[in-house]
Amino acid sequence: MQGFWAILMAVPYTLLVTAGAFLIGFILAIPLTFLRRSTMAPVKALAMFIIDLFRGIPPIVWLFLIYFGLPVLKIRFNPIEAGIIGLGVVSAGYLAEIFRGGLLAVHRGQFEACKALGLSGWTSFTRVISPQALRAMLPGLATYFIGLIKDSSIASVIGVTEMVFTATTYARNSPEGIYVFFVAAAVYIGLSVPFGLMARGMESRLQAAGAR
Amino acid sequence: MNTFAFWAKNFPQMLAGLGVSLQLAGLALLFGLPLGLLLALGTGSKLRPVRWLSIALVEIGRGAPALVVLYVVYFGLPLLQWTPEGFVCAVIGLTYTTAAYTSEYIRGGLKAVSPGSIEAAQALAMTPVDVLRFVIVPQGLRVAIPALMGFAIQIFQVTSLAYSITVSELTAVASGISSSSFRALEIFALAGLMYAAITIPASWLTNKVEERITLRQ
Repeated sequence: MQGFWAILMAVPYTLLVTAGAFLIGFILAIPLTFLRRSTMAPVKALAMFIIDLFRGIPPIVWLFLIYFGLPVLKIRFNPIEAGIIGLGVVSAGYLAEIFRGGLLAVHRGQFEACKALGLSGWTSFTRVISPQALRAMLPGLATYFIGLIKDSSIASVIGVTEMVFTATTYARNSPEGIYVFFVAAAVYIGLSVPFGLMARGMESRLQAAGAR
Repeated sequence: MNTFAFWAKNFPQMLAGLGVSLQLAGLALLFGLPLGLLLALGTGSKLRPVRWLSIALVEIGRGAPALVVLYVVYFGLPLLQWTPEGFVCAVIGLTYTTAAYTSEYIRGGLKAVSPGSIEAAQALAMTPVDVLRFVIVPQGLRVAIPALMGFAIQIFQVTSLAYSITVSELTAVASGISSSSFRALEIFALAGLMYAAITIPASWLTNKVEERITLRQ
């Protein structure tokens, strides 16, 4: 019972790391997406390489690089910061690909119509292109966010006191510690359900807004 | 010692770690893919207990983080009076994760098989087992190949989590060198490059295969 409460108390840390990493990933992914769409071959190739690198190195290695590696250069982060930044870097790679897919889903005629109407680049992007792209991206974003809740467990290796860290501490000190992992697994599965429902609700609302 | 000399000195050890990572991924796929196919068929079964059990196994395997699965195996098996080494625990945990995820890709592939070809097979009086074996599974797996290749790249990265249950794969070797040399930045950068040297070409290959398969359809 004590273990059960300990796990529940750690849920806010899991959510903090998840939300922080998603936010950083989102912000970093925007310039990456634009560079990836560049017509200049070297720029495009560089963006592709960065995206591949972000996605191709396991999150745990990113966390170690930031938490243990950067202090060599006198750049220090506490575990939560390092966890958020490390998972944020990985997220940036995946989100950039989701953004790219969303923009590809917007019909070319929409871009041409913006030009024909003489809309500025900023207006056409914020008022015409991105609302449509967002609608196409939403399922991908929701799936990624739910996956990220689970990936946030990796932050336990650098000492972020989220659910898995709490569970391992408990498991090492008690013979029946294994049960807290079942609790943790149930909470992870339980967390993904409301977020899944929320995403579905948002999706249908956006679809309705689009149909209007 | 400059970075390159430091990398060169530790490279053989790191390469051995990469070998362990690749073994973990290979064994997880070797055991996990057939189980994934079984689960995919199980979730479509007409027998209710089989269907529910399969769905529960898939949803738990996909819903719980791979790290939690590894810890459950690592701390759980000793309670069943069996204490295998970390490597065996890692293979068991990663196999389950692989089976749960791949079953969904395979199920998607099986669903893509046209009803016409199934009806044709039935019209030719093929037994249900033969329809499955010669018609549905071969066609369905072909559709699922790009997704399965993508997953193989993912599970190779996930093997890095075996570090936390004392398996000396690439990340664990890098971590060991880091604490004895105090050159964390350089050694983890080398580890990252070694992972990327596998995952990046593999994802190019996946894209090529995907293009080829979509073109043929």
